[in-house]
Amino acid sequence: MEKATDLLSSSQSMFSLKSLKLKTKQQELLLRISILGLVYILAFITRLFSVLRYESMIHEFDPYFNYRTTLYLTQKGFYEFWNWFDSESWYPLGRIIGGTLYPGLMVTAAFIYWILRLLRFAVHIREVCVLTAPFFASNTTLVAYFFGKELWDTGAGLVAAALIAICPGYISRSVAGSYDNEGVAIFALLLTFYLFVKAVKTGSLAWSLASALGYFYMVSAWGGYVFIINLIPLYVLVLLVVGRYSMRLYVAYNCMYILGMLLAMQIRFVGFQHVQSGEHMAAMGVFFLMQVFYFLDWVKHLLNDQKLFQAFLRITLTCAISVGVIALGVGTASGYISPWTGRFYSLLDPTYAKDHIPIIASVSEHQPTAWSSFMFDFHILLILFPAGLYFCFKRLSDATIFIVMYGLTSMYFAGVMVRLILVATPAVCLISAIAVSATIKNLSLLVRTKTKPTQAGSGKGTTSTKASSKGALDQSLPYQKNGAIALLVGAFYLLTRYAIHCTWVTSEAYSSPSIVLAARGAHGNRVIFDDYREAYFWLRQNTPQDAKVMSWWDYGYQITAMGNRTVIVDNNTWNNTHIATVGRAMSSYEDEAYEIMRSLDVDYVLVVFGGVTGYSSDDINKLTVKFFSPFFVISFSVFLWMVRIGGGVFPVIKEPDYLVNGEYRVDKGAAPKMLNCLMYKLSYYRFGELTTEYGQPPGYDRARGVEIGNKDIKLEYLEEAFTTSNWIVRIYKVKPPKNRW
Amino acid sequence: MAKSSAIKDAEALLRSLRSAYTATPTNLKIIDVYILFSLFTGVIQVVYMAIVGSFPFNSFLSGVLSCIGTAVLAVCLRIQVNKENKEFKDLPPERAYADFILSNLVLHLVIMNFLG
Repeated sequence: MEKATDLLSSSQSMFSLKSLKLKTKQQELLLRISILGLVYILAFITRLFSVLRYESMIHEFDPYFNYRTTLYLTQKGFYEFWNWFDSESWYPLGRIIGGTLYPGLMVTAAFIYWILRLLRFAVHIREVCVLTAPFFASNTTLVAYFFGKELWDTGAGLVAAALIAICPGYISRSVAGSYDNEGVAIFALLLTFYLFVKAVKTGSLAWSLASALGYFYMVSAWGGYVFIINLIPLYVLVLLVVGRYSMRLYVAYNCMYILGMLLAMQIRFVGFQHVQSGEHMAAMGVFFLMQVFYFLDWVKHLLNDQKLFQAFLRITLTCAISVGVIALGVGTASGYISPWTGRFYSLLDPTYAKDHIPIIASVSEHQPTAWSSFMFDFHILLILFPAGLYFCFKRLSDATIFIVMYGLTSMYFAGVMVRLILVATPAVCLISAIAVSATIKNLSLLVRTKTKPTQAGSGKGTTSTKASSKGALDQSLPYQKNGAIALLVGAFYLLTRYAIHCTWVTSEAYSSPSIVLAARGAHGNRVIFDDYREAYFWLRQNTPQDAKVMSWWDYGYQITAMGNRTVIVDNNTWNNTHIATVGRAMSSYEDEAYEIMRSLDVDYVLVVFGGVTGYSSDDINKLTVKFFSPFFVISFSVFLWMVRIGGGVFPVIKEPDYLVNGEYRVDKGAAPKMLNCLMYKLSYYRFGELTTEYGQPPGYDRARGVEIGNKDIKLEYLEEAFTTSNWIVRIYKVKPPKNRW
Repeated sequence: MAKSSAIKDAEALLRSLRSAYTATPTNLKIIDVYILFSLFTGVIQVVYMAIVGSFPFNSFLSGVLSCIGTAVLAVCLRIQVNKENKEFKDLPPERAYADFILSNLVLHLVIMNFLG
């Protein structure tokens, strides 16, 4: 918990050791390595809360798919995995797994697994999957150190490593068990950026090649690679416009772009997008612009004559621009270059998704970010970020321009979508680290100049000479030393608070697996609800091998991974119509729904219901509402989305039918359609007989805090098959058609 | 009138370009020929694509990108070994050449995989 402050104080003692005692490089190196080692371990262990609190298990929704595919990969080998046609999801359509996923995560985990097996460690693949994200978070701290070193100095690198190790914005997606693409992708993202900055700094083809390989890893791991392929061209463009271009930039960008693009095409899910989709065209445009620009520059250099060059410029520029415009126009008109996708639009215009694509807006992590979650995820970094920007502008270089652009753009995106806070986190940590490091360095120098004035000039590097000259300027100020000490104490206090906050957030909010739920009982003890696994295990044990289960898409991955049964829709929301069909079934009357379910061959229907446990009034729930989409809140808002998505494709379903005065109710005043639709019936079947809370009538819904409006529910075409101990998951069997004679 | 002056301008331009270029060292000229050749190959492929069609799109892309990649990498090499570029004073030409070889190796391995 106090590691961060320990770190800072030890980096503090580093200076004192250097100036007061031996000025050996070895001592500093030793300290640096041990600090980095501690940070490396810290980043790993702080993410293990979930394993300690619950058990070594996979969390949430998507990770279950990743786990399932990894299992398949380790059992069947790479080629089987690559050519896998999965008939267990999206029944009856199926899904081509190899061509519709980012294989980076699975291959990484399988690789670690194979290496461990080679070394004769008999681990289960699940343990590897659970610990992949923490392991990569540790590696990210190393990259952050090197990046910080490249941007500013080693001190800033160390602070950056410490900050990113415990930053909640990153921990939220990389706790043990959160086996998702983001876990490795942030590592890949930061690595790519670091290598690119290094390539721009050195102008070496080798570094540029390395950054292309980093980009390849990023593309193979996460769809967020689009951010890289747009940010880097933007950065190049800015450097060109402000006149900071150099030959190094040319070497770095072009090699990275060509090789990165080619490598990215090897991932089937990405395919030809780099030459066809509008989202990638900026990079290509900048590539061609760069060729023209540097060619002109070269000719100018060659001619050494202003007037001739003007003539030359006129000819080539007109040709180049007209060719480019014609190519782009023809490409777009002939449909060769696809227009931007909805997700991209929703990034540029936050209100776009709500109006046009309900399936994207229905995911809680695609919502715009609230101020509180910024504070929650960044804490003091939010204040240090502008300070760091100030320092970056003060010492402008190619590298700091890059980090400033990365910071600003990603902060914008973080504001648009909650989940993109993750992308902004490394930038925020790095920039804040610059602020912390530079401030503390200046202050400590100030403190030391007073005590040992002869040592003032013998600081190290360029910053300290700057800082000491600044100290000399401020010499006349009274109470300078005391002020500096007070500020140092203040900085330490803030960083301590940061460390405490991060640990608290990690343990309280981000370590819940959300498949197992925990609540505080009446006596302050912990109550565990393990209903999901109970239900999935029941499915696995008690239903036929080829049973088809219909549920809302949120639970699709879990049913296939844990229940091993075929599902109609799952979290890979590729077919909107199919999802809308399920939404339509859920929101129609039972007889209409039965026909739809017959046509889809549904054997079982699974609904998730929180009325008995009543989570939404819980404190833990309020905290976790951000990412872990607690079902108790969502199960009902999900229904609204079912109606909305269903209505988007089938105009028969109208949202106003389910609302009373624009309000969403389940009690007596609810709309009749609402009270009799399949979802309502399945959720509240026999609920009217149950007393959930003392002093309330039977059928009191604790999640909504109302008495339900339809207590006498009769099912005609379905029968209750299984309800878990806390009624969270309810499974119904679809009856076979009636005998005609 | 305007036309003839434009032609005159172009002529003067070409003449001075040629005279300026002759001063280039031979090793750079060799690289230039290499660049021009690979660009020319790329153009041939694009023309072929325009006539016949781009059906195995991955093959077309790998062919063209191979040419563009080769050309771009060669330009990078040319920049790095050019004595006039002060930015690369510290970079020995041997190192630049090794980097060039390495990048080309990766490029063409990927191309071979992509050719289908």
